[in-house]
Amino acid sequence: MFENADALMLARIQFAFTVSFHFIFPAFSIGLASYLAVLEGLWLKTGKQVYQDLFKYWLKIFAIAFAMGVVSGIVMSYQFGTNWSVFSDKAGPVIGPLMAYEVLTAFFLEAGFLGVMLFGMNRVGKGLHFTATLMVAVGTFISAFWILSVNSWMQTPVGFIEGANGQYLPEASWFEIVFNPSFPYRLVHTVIAAYLTTAFVVGGVGAWHLLKDSANRHARKMFSMAMWMAALVAPVQIFAGDMHGLNTLEHQPAKVMAMEGHYESHPDGAPLYLFGIPNDEEQRLDYAFGIPKLSSLILKHELDAPLDGLDTIADEDQPPVFPVFWAFRVMVGIGFLMLGIGAWSLLARLRGRLYDWRWLHRAAIAMGPSGFVAVIAGWITTEVGRQPWTIYGVLRTADSASPLDAPAVATSLIAFVIVYFAVFGVGTWYILRLMSQSPHTGEKGVKRTEKGPVRTAGITPGPTQNPGRDPDALPAGKEEATDGR
Amino acid sequence: MGVDVDLTVIWAFIIAFAVFAYVVMDGFDLGIGVLFPTFEPGQERDQAMNSIAPVWDGNETWLVLGGGGLFAAFPLAYAIILPATYPLVIAMLLGLVFRGVAFEFRWRDKAHERFWDFSFTAGSFVAAMAQGMILGALLQGIEVQDRAYAGSWWDWLTPYTLLTGFGTVVGYALLGATWLIWKLEGKAQAHARQLAKHAAIGTLALMGAVSAYNLALDPEYAARWLSAPEIYLTAWVPLVTLGLAVLLLRSLGGEGQSLPFWLSIALFLLGMAGLGLTIWPNVVPPDVSIWDAAAPQRSQAFMLVGVAITMPLILAYTAWAYWVFRGKVGTEGYH
Repeated sequence: MFENADALMLARIQFAFTVSFHFIFPAFSIGLASYLAVLEGLWLKTGKQVYQDLFKYWLKIFAIAFAMGVVSGIVMSYQFGTNWSVFSDKAGPVIGPLMAYEVLTAFFLEAGFLGVMLFGMNRVGKGLHFTATLMVAVGTFISAFWILSVNSWMQTPVGFIEGANGQYLPEASWFEIVFNPSFPYRLVHTVIAAYLTTAFVVGGVGAWHLLKDSANRHARKMFSMAMWMAALVAPVQIFAGDMHGLNTLEHQPAKVMAMEGHYESHPDGAPLYLFGIPNDEEQRLDYAFGIPKLSSLILKHELDAPLDGLDTIADEDQPPVFPVFWAFRVMVGIGFLMLGIGAWSLLARLRGRLYDWRWLHRAAIAMGPSGFVAVIAGWITTEVGRQPWTIYGVLRTADSASPLDAPAVATSLIAFVIVYFAVFGVGTWYILRLMSQSPHTGEKGVKRTEKGPVRTAGITPGPTQNPGRDPDALPAGKEEATDGR
Repeated sequence: MGVDVDLTVIWAFIIAFAVFAYVVMDGFDLGIGVLFPTFEPGQERDQAMNSIAPVWDGNETWLVLGGGGLFAAFPLAYAIILPATYPLVIAMLLGLVFRGVAFEFRWRDKAHERFWDFSFTAGSFVAAMAQGMILGALLQGIEVQDRAYAGSWWDWLTPYTLLTGFGTVVGYALLGATWLIWKLEGKAQAHARQLAKHAAIGTLALMGAVSAYNLALDPEYAARWLSAPEIYLTAWVPLVTLGLAVLLLRSLGGEGQSLPFWLSIALFLLGMAGLGLTIWPNVVPPDVSIWDAAAPQRSQAFMLVGVAITMPLILAYTAWAYWVFRGKVGTEGYH
């Protein structure tokens, strides 16, 4: 039994690791695809060069992020079967179709139009190219729609019965299953999070180049656009997050208890803890510091409203409090910092200092990667908060895993860790290098033409010769392999 | 009951179609990866990669449909096959990671282009080999008890699965080489044609070897191919395959541009038909039939609506994307 517990923990770590790494890319590409569509649309509408330049600048970055999202996403679509086969067998009849719809309506759409978006600018008309960009952007949203529906069903399962063979069978209408109780809230909260994540990346890059040259009009444009996004959307996100929290309180109260650090019930008003060290053993929050009654006010809109604590939940049904409690605080903290940056940018606009307030730019750079931290913290909150269940209240995590031996899972976990850090680390480095280049007039976009002298007679005509590699590529002489790292 | 049966059979064909689409479409991508080191660094390699850069992602999506479709329509099969072939699936996924990122990374880092070329080749080889071995592990039979895989975690490694693995690698190389005949010109095309000839002979030999091994694998398999009355239903497969083999070798000897590629696809179609006839109606030989593994009718019907609406659209815009990038890759760069 003990070795099974080991294999189970390894499988959980592997899933958490691979899904966390994976989600970084869609969190960025969902927002970036929409940003690219906006840029191209503005370019077509206004004819201004700056939009085309920015489009091509971010397209190169999008290509790398998207490729990493695709390859890490395929891992996810198979990992349900490799490591969670009992879950797959039981839940397949309900969530399998939703995931199939994701492939049919989103993945093919994105992938089918991505090639034209990246390489087809001169092969199709402008309108058709814009259509391809729009399709990719819409595809990323549809993908989020279906996979969040699946995740939400696992959080708030409805509309099924258990069959004789142990499978969960769809019983209610598919509409009820797809639009399960937590889905609309999770969808809105997650998609806005992706937009904010992208906005802060774009804002950070814009700020970086403004610090170097505050007259750079490309940097000005992207910084301004990003700060509008921050100012307008961060408050909406905080409201959406609050609604999502109330929905969780209704359907998964134990998760909210862990988020709040409420081990004890509070019959007349629960405090909002700002700090504390959760102690599951003793079932208490050590070194707690909180504001009396504020939690009741937020969750119940009433200072003296009673709130149940984890003392009302059986021990074996409680989530581990520490990760949930702290991940939630990290997420909320970043949300308010984002709100602060947005407000600061409005002030800067009012004073006409948006492009030369260096401390604002420094703060925006520091906040550049904050969206990624926030979305991962948010997922830790909701996923660890669902424990000890894979399907809340229905199927325990301990009963979901594949019949694999611990050494097999340990080996694959080590392989994933090494490969992901190496490959996606390098990819992130390439993205940062592209971002460090100053956006300029006449951006090249994703060009793939041969460089240097014609080596094979007559295959590539002269006119298409084009120094199309990156501006920062090393001189042509340095082509010798320096691989092996 | 009749409706039940129909939906399950329809879904078996949809999954088979997705797998076939994946095998030929990503097959030529992976085959180009395997053959990549034989092309000269510089223009030849750039052109080979450019010929698939706009379409590889769409091609790979069929793998997600194959897996996702299996999960949705035959969840039990998904839950048995993946744990049974666990190391192979992980190796395939990691291979696809190295292959997939190389498309972008090699253009972003001139100093390490050779390293990403190696990553492209090694990832393609590992993915192709693993896919072939998964197929072999499925065909040789998977031990099942209580709706779960009951074998050990080395069952997938046998001489037979190594044979199917190599057969897949060489077969993909054939698809890749014939694709390149179509998309390249001049010296590079001549090189691709030479590769295709070797790969064609290798593919045919390995197809023969796998077929012969199949007959020895399970008496039921042998009965299906060698004894009456089944043989009247199945004999056309080897006969048509032989005819295709002759046409393929002849077209490779001549000046055919796209014909070798289409004939190679037809060869794969025949190969898959043969394997389908061998294991039908099982989805996990020897014990789990498509009906045992099928999702309830409500699930299958719901998805079928989606397939009926989206599949024609998917095929249409995929065809359009290929059309946009039609023609020889060398005569025009991507801008």
